[in-house]
Parts: sequence; C-alpha cells; structure tokens
Amino acid sequence: MKIKAIALNTFKEAIRDRILYLLLFIAFISLIFSRLLALITVGDRIKIITDVGLASLSFFGALMAILMGTGLVYKEIDKKTIYTLLSKPIHRYQFLLGKFFGLILTLFVMLFLMSAIFIFILLLHSGQIKWGMLLAFAFIFLEMCLVTSVAMLFSCFSTPILSSIFSLSFYLIGHVSWGLETLINKMPSGIGKVLIKGIYLFIPDLENFNFKTEIVHGLPIPPQVFLYATVYGIMYTLFVLTVATLVFRHRDFI
Amino acid sequence: MATAIRINDLHKSFKSEFLRKQKPILKGISFEVEQGEIFGYLGPNGAGKTTTMKCLLGLIFPEKGDIEILGQPHLAIPAKARLGYLPENPYFYDYLTAREFLQFYSQLHLLKKSEQDVKIPDLLKKAGLQEAAGLQLRKFSKGMLQRIGLAQALLNDPDLVLLDEPLGGLDPLGRKEIRDIIVELRDAGKTVFLSSHILQDIEMICDRVAIIVEGRIVNSGRLHDLISQKILFTEVTLSGITESELHDLGESLVIPGGDILIKVYQEQNVDKVLGLAHERKARILSLVPRTQSLEDLFVGTVRPE
Repeated sequence: MKIKAIALNTFKEAIRDRILYLLLFIAFISLIFSRLLALITVGDRIKIITDVGLASLSFFGALMAILMGTGLVYKEIDKKTIYTLLSKPIHRYQFLLGKFFGLILTLFVMLFLMSAIFIFILLLHSGQIKWGMLLAFAFIFLEMCLVTSVAMLFSCFSTPILSSIFSLSFYLIGHVSWGLETLINKMPSGIGKVLIKGIYLFIPDLENFNFKTEIVHGLPIPPQVFLYATVYGIMYTLFVLTVATLVFRHRDFI
Repeated sequence: MATAIRINDLHKSFKSEFLRKQKPILKGISFEVEQGEIFGYLGPNGAGKTTTMKCLLGLIFPEKGDIEILGQPHLAIPAKARLGYLPENPYFYDYLTAREFLQFYSQLHLLKKSEQDVKIPDLLKKAGLQEAAGLQLRKFSKGMLQRIGLAQALLNDPDLVLLDEPLGGLDPLGRKEIRDIIVELRDAGKTVFLSSHILQDIEMICDRVAIIVEGRIVNSGRLHDLISQKILFTEVTLSGITESELHDLGESLVIPGGDILIKVYQEQNVDKVLGLAHERKARILSLVPRTQSLEDLFVGTVRPE
C-alpha cells in the first residue's frame, strides 16, 4: 500500500515532466526515420523498418530509464522532499521500491506508446502484424527494468550527471560484453582466463535481451533461451535493487 | 508525566568539504520533552538544531547516543506513525495540488478513503486553504506552503508534532494563526517540539525551552524558572517636561513628537520621576516595568560577555 502510493506519486511526477515528452518525440522521429530508410533501401524494406525500429525502441527506452532513473532519488534529496517523506511511517526500502515501480510504470506506458506507433508504421507498410514482435517488446521492457535499477543505484550516492555517465557506460558495456565470451573460448587456460571469466560473470550481458535478428529474419527461438533471458533479467534487477537498498539504508540526508 | 522525547548523549559529526576532517556538530546533547507540553528548542544558526531534529526523524544517524520517541526507539515504525513533522523550509512536491498532496501522505499513514474524505477537507479548512485545494503547490505563497505543511503534519492526528522554524518567513497575521494552532494542539493534549528564531513567539507559547550553542545544551528548563521576574528597569514616557530636568534619574532621550522617554533603573527614582512630573504638571503617557525577556536570556547565554 505504501509502496503503491509512492509509485503512483512517482508516476504522476514523471508524466508531468517535460523531458519524457521530448524523448518520446525524438523516438517518434526515429521511428519515422526507419520508414524513410526503408524507402531508400534496396531489399526487404520491412526487415529494415523492423530492425531500425526495434533498435530505436531499445535505445530510447534505455535512455528514458537512465535519464529519469538517475534523477529519481537525487531529486528527492536535492529538493529536500525526502525529509517529509521519510518522517512518515515508512521504511527506506519502501521508498526506494516505490520510486522504482513508479518509474517502471511510466516506462511501461512510454514503451507501450512507442510500440503502438511502431506497429502502426509497420502495418502501414506491410499490411500485417507480426505477433512475435510482442516478445521483442517484452524483452526490451525487461532490459529497461534492469537499466532503471542500475540508474537508481547510482542515483543513491551520486549526482545525476555522473549517474547518467555510469548508467550509460553500463548499458554500452552490457551490449558488447558478449565479446568477452568469444575471448574466453579462444584463450588458453590460466590466470588470465579465470580473470576474464570473473569479469564476464560480474558485468551484465544485455545482449541476452536482444531478439532483433531472430524476429527480423523470422528465425525460431528455443524456449529455454527465453527462460534464461527472463530469469537473468529478473535476478540481475533484484540483485541491483538489493545493493541500492543497502546503500540507501545507511545514508545521511544532510 | 510520561516522556514524549528522550535524547541521551547524542553525538554527530560531519565530514568537512575540503580536508574531509570530521567536524563535530552535536557534542553530547541530552534532554527530555514531557508529554502535553510545548517545548522550544533555541539556538543561533549552525548550533545544531536542525541536526538534532534530523536525528530524531531518522534522516541522519548519530555516532553515539540514544533517542526515544513516545517510549519507543525513534526509528520504530509505530513511533513514526504517532509523529507529525513540518520541515524548516517546506519543500514539497510542487506538481501536486493541495488535495493530492494531502491524499498522498494520508496513504502513507494508511488512512482509509472514508477517513481521508473527512480529514482532508477538515485540515484544509483549518489551514485556511479550502479555496486553494485544487491549486498546484508551485503556485502557493510561502505562508500557504507553511500552512499546507502544517496540515500534512497533522494528518495522522499525531501525539507528537515536530516543527522546524514554523514561524519563519510569515507575516504577523500568519504567525498568529500558526501560534494559535500550536496552542490548540497543546490544549488537545499533544506534545509540540519546535525550533525557532522568533523568540517573542517562543516566549508567548512555550512551556519549557532548551538553548543549544555550538552543539551543546547550555540552558534548559521552565521558562518561568529561567527568566528572572525581577524588574530590570522601568520605562516612563512623559510630555510637558524637559530632558535636562530628568537627567539624574535615569537614561533619558527625546522621542519623535517631542515626548521624553526615560529608563529608570532604581525603584526609588521611579517615585521621584512621578513626583517631578506632578510638580511640573507634566503628563505621564506610559509607565512600563521591564522584566527579563527570553531575548535577554538568549543573548546572555549565547554571548556571555
């Protein structure tokens, strides 16, 4: 109940924030751009629209999660609204979870809007809807949840600018970390390999949530891959939220 | 009488910006606030008033010391449920309307919808904000923010109300309204713990005070016991007499309008002034004996020289 109240208040705050609409507008422009790109491309235009469109959704979704997630806790501290809030009979973890779910709700609505525009553009071009696309949206959403938790963790102890840089780095590293897997396979056994393996275990692999290629080309995806990606996303998010709660628990609000 | 707040040997220091050295802010604060009283917490800027308040609320963690609120550890949720707090400068969600704002905090107190429907209009009325119920807080004046802040502090019908500078930045009328609400709270059996710079107001409403200077409590007790009831001097305002005639009887000066104001320090000289006035057929406009004020006590405590 208390978490729900904080979440709904966060949602109210977010949808009254102009930056959200700016990002939504840019995302819309980029979806239109995918249509234009398709017009000047030789080959399967639908594939181009799908590929660029899904990439736009993923990128702008993460950008929204980062820009809003990093300001989430910081703004409360900076504007000192946290003083009154934490004087109420709530635990600090309830505050943090309320903020998290409020932003998740906002991102869900935004992703829903962007996806609707995307499907509409696809429908205009091809006259049909690929229902497999919904799965791609679901995993983009899971990735957004993970990125939000990371942005929130950073915002518990850092300024929005630094938190944004850290979170963006997390996002970018997360999308290239699969290269380490290749490296591990090619490395001879030894300390180096153990070290790289350790790093690979610790840093995120956000490519787990990327099903663009399979969907664009209509390739089959084994259920265990979905299952793995879902469990990975949920566990990683829970882990980051737990760390954020521990950091936040002992913080002084000067 | 039961204790509303018990603070024992509270220590808190912060790291300074540059050298990262620990700077002590609270150096062993101890005091008790009894239930049903208005307790004033006084001190110059930077003395540690807000830090104490933040420790009480669990916004910062002391290095040493114990805090009890209404007989429970201060971080316990049941203790917080019986507490109301108004921060120094009311920082609230400015995108919410006054009604939404109170609804939000009611939910954190787990008030039912039916309770909210009674409580919120009632508090808006008490705060004189019925007309502004649908207005976003960003359009509120400082006084209105202070009043809506007080309303949110009273949502849960608290047994203990903590007010950090509740009278700051208000006009005389606004100050009187808040003062009246504070006294009403005490009359309803609530405990009020307030910090303020406005000593006149504290003197008017507080039962007991504590004075904090540089992180230490230097004076505390019943106002009546702390402030001497002895007459310090008598101020007499007269017309129809010259300043030179009163010269030996006290400190005199000519005030705008040509009247004479004289501060008489010795009691027997008051009779002499009155006798002289009678003799010269002068008019006595006022005669006010002055006792020690809280301000005198405060200034004397903060600057003992």
